[in-house]
Amino acid sequence: MCTMICERTEVEGSGKGRDGWFPLEMVNVSYDHPFNAPWEYGVNIDFVNQSRGVGSRVAVELSPQSAKRLAETIIEALKRGEADPQIQVSVL
Amino acid sequence: MYTTEQFEGIIAETITINGTNGDAIHTYFARPMGAGPFPAVVLAHHLPGWDELYREFTRKLAHHGYLAISPDLYCREAHGTPEDVAAAVRAEGGVSDDQVMGDLEAAAKYVLSLPNSNGKVGTFGTCSGGRHVFLAGCRLDCFDAIVECWGGNVIMSDEQLTDKQPVSPNSYTQDLNAPLLGLFGDLDQSPTPDQVNQHEKELKAAGKDIEFHRYPEAGHGFFYFDRPIYHQSSAVDGWDKMLTFLGKNLS
Repeated sequence: MCTMICERTEVEGSGKGRDGWFPLEMVNVSYDHPFNAPWEYGVNIDFVNQSRGVGSRVAVELSPQSAKRLAETIIEALKRGEADPQIQVSVL
Repeated sequence: MYTTEQFEGIIAETITINGTNGDAIHTYFARPMGAGPFPAVVLAHHLPGWDELYREFTRKLAHHGYLAISPDLYCREAHGTPEDVAAAVRAEGGVSDDQVMGDLEAAAKYVLSLPNSNGKVGTFGTCSGGRHVFLAGCRLDCFDAIVECWGGNVIMSDEQLTDKQPVSPNSYTQDLNAPLLGLFGDLDQSPTPDQVNQHEKELKAAGKDIEFHRYPEAGHGFFYFDRPIYHQSSAVDGWDKMLTFLGKNLS
């Protein structure tokens, strides 16, 4: 994993890992060698909660084009949801 | 050269050595049975971690007659599956070059201290480990042979430098103090063929004892038989060149 390209941001939500659901605190997005996907480079997204140990991780490895489509799709879903007057954003 | 009438046996286990700052770090150590004396190889694992692949590489070198030692360069960061640990290290921008140099030097000193050592030690690494062993060949004086396999980021731009990797390794080219074997795939994107050419040119200009081999059909990580990037003929030839190089320089 030689690029060392990694962007991080805090997130709120839940992820389902090997031991079930757990609260998320961070997402790490790297552009580097994936562990499992067959390409030399990919966009590797790790939803983590490091306070629970490195095993609290939901991992996704995408091709760069797939990652772009995912980012666009998330933005599109957000636009529709935020434009719907019947949806109230709940805050704990 | 192994022949079928020979007795063969290796011992492989996890031990603990004191690395940088005296920190206790786990280390996989595989060595031939017998009094020796044996040459040694320190393995610098790749960024995907201290994984099964590197344990197999370690045992393979022991099978070929080396005291083979592979320190867990991420031991201080966390424990878990190699992938989970490596993902955490990746998110933190890797581990510091200074820390890795201390750990590799500690591993070399450990094997050299053994009564079955022949007093010679080389180092081998792939990917980020290839970068680390080149750095070790320049910054440390304990190695007698360097095997750099597709070291990524040996040539870094100023924008790529970080607190953990503060100097582009090729800046140390003049300080390389051991013979170096370099294996690279022409389809690799890190290092690119242009970067490999620059690396070789700088080493030759500095008058260093080097041997570079490029494989036209191979990409990054062509030794990795657990990945689609494995390239059989390049890997077989690469291992052969590596064992020949180590035999020549560590006997």
